[in-house]
Amino acid sequence: MSKQEILINISGINRVYYDTTGKTTVALQDVDLDIRKGEFITFIGPSGCGKTTLLRLIAGLDSPQSGVVSIEGQPIEKPGYERGFVFQQAALFPWKTVEENIAIGLKARKVFKEKKQYIKDYIDLIGLTGFEKAYPHEISGGMAQRVAIARALINEPKVLLLDEPLGALDAFTRIELQTTIRRIWKKTGTTIVLVTHDVDEAVFLSDRIAIMTARPGRISEVITVNLKPERDRNDDEFIILRRRVLEKLELAGKHWSSRLIDPLEQPSISGVGEAI
Amino acid sequence: MTKRITKKSEPETGHVEYWKPQSGWWYISAVISVLVALGVDTLVPDSQFVNTLPYRVFLEIFITTLIVLWVISFKANSLRKILYHQAQFIFAVGIALTVWDLLSTKSNILQLPFFPGPAQIISVIVSERETFLISSYYSLRLFSVGLILGTILGISTGILIGWYQQWYYWLFPILKVIGIIPSIAWIPIAVVVFPNSFIAGLFLIVIASWFPVAFMVSVGIASTPKVYYEAALTLGANERFLLTNVAIPNAVPDIFTGLTTATGFSFLTLIVSEMIGAKAGLGWYINWAKTWSAYDKVYASIVIMAIVFSIILAVLNSTRNYVLRWKKGISK
Repeated sequence: MSKQEILINISGINRVYYDTTGKTTVALQDVDLDIRKGEFITFIGPSGCGKTTLLRLIAGLDSPQSGVVSIEGQPIEKPGYERGFVFQQAALFPWKTVEENIAIGLKARKVFKEKKQYIKDYIDLIGLTGFEKAYPHEISGGMAQRVAIARALINEPKVLLLDEPLGALDAFTRIELQTTIRRIWKKTGTTIVLVTHDVDEAVFLSDRIAIMTARPGRISEVITVNLKPERDRNDDEFIILRRRVLEKLELAGKHWSSRLIDPLEQPSISGVGEAI
Repeated sequence: MTKRITKKSEPETGHVEYWKPQSGWWYISAVISVLVALGVDTLVPDSQFVNTLPYRVFLEIFITTLIVLWVISFKANSLRKILYHQAQFIFAVGIALTVWDLLSTKSNILQLPFFPGPAQIISVIVSERETFLISSYYSLRLFSVGLILGTILGISTGILIGWYQQWYYWLFPILKVIGIIPSIAWIPIAVVVFPNSFIAGLFLIVIASWFPVAFMVSVGIASTPKVYYEAALTLGANERFLLTNVAIPNAVPDIFTGLTTATGFSFLTLIVSEMIGAKAGLGWYINWAKTWSAYDKVYASIVIMAIVFSIILAVLNSTRNYVLRWKKGISK
């Protein structure tokens, strides 16, 4: 894949929220970023740094007061299937089965008849064969997120936007799904933008990590992850990079979030993902 | 990796649903108590002039059914659990029938015509079966046409109000005010405005079912979680798709809630409107029987109503359980 070709251009973004009392919150201030075609980029930062807002701007679910987000040169004004989105709570339609949830995009785009044979492929891809007819309440949170990913991917989006998709899952499921996401990314070659507050996750998955600060929300630094493709959480380089990201976050954030996971405090989890 | 994923196990509701003692003795006692009711009616001499044969046939059928089900249940464990769970209740029914029979038909302590015994009521149901069938038919016809019309109107206006701001602005206040008026308050107007009692009754039932359904549907549509819309939009949905594939499916549980309320209101409206103007139906019959002081027939119609309405509610309930099978814990 050509690493230099730019898919999404974010320039001069300002986004301010006004609450009912007239108080203003600057969610994003003068944010510029280029996202390259085929890369895996992560926005990481403490709560309130605007990372989710930035992701929603790319999705077209929100719009800035000033600045432009464009994809392949086209300004983004509204949501579209070429920018797939996975929410923190899977947001599956509870009245539809796994299979029907994955088919939603095809139906919404009126291409269901031509493309329905691919549903099976995407169920295989996320490893949920045998659960086609299950309803969302019958499957676990991790499985629901797999379905949400497949549901977005079946539209063959230009970019897959992941908004803390693993935030609500337990540590083991999270690591399992990180491995799945990395495998899917390699297999499909889709550009992926991930929002997370988990440093370990960011280092394990990303080509580049955009570190963000809060109040006002802005990107303070973009770190390139130069690790070998088969990533090992116990690898020295991995640990060094993880510590570097953590230090940058600590330097950058006065409002340090306790939700950030310090990998050094959780040595028992490291490496489990590789064993699966 | 797939091996590690297992479907979440269904909650075990069996022991909660059938919590009464799972003992054969209670079931045997239940059969004996109904046998006692039969024995008492057969052996104790009557002190009222009542045809007790239908009552005894009824008890014999009851006992036979209990025994047949018991035999079948040796091969069907789930049926056995249900039977044993119900055993104490059946036992009490047998006792109650015995006592009631003794107090009325056998001793004349409860006197005719106002307090007939079970034998008298069952005898009336059997002798008047044609009238009851025809009356039930007329009632059911009025009820179902009214409820279906009201539900169609309710769902359509509910969708309009829940989805479009203009419709909400103009219709919701009207819905709110008219919806709280009991439908039978319209009777004086209905009998003047409409050409016959069927259409007047229809109007009242439509009113009774329209508003609860419309209200619940509009609430269901308006309460669709925003994230569902956002998910659909990022999957390529347009506005029409959001309505038909997100908002309306999300409102389906509320449609059923509204429909259950509407059914209850409609039963009431049906009987009252038949009592007032109609020349057929269970409500008309009960009123007619009252004017002749034929209280056995009044009780009999009440029994028939209980049976007919229970069947309607059971049909509604099982439809709901089927349609909402995607909902957690709906099978309870």
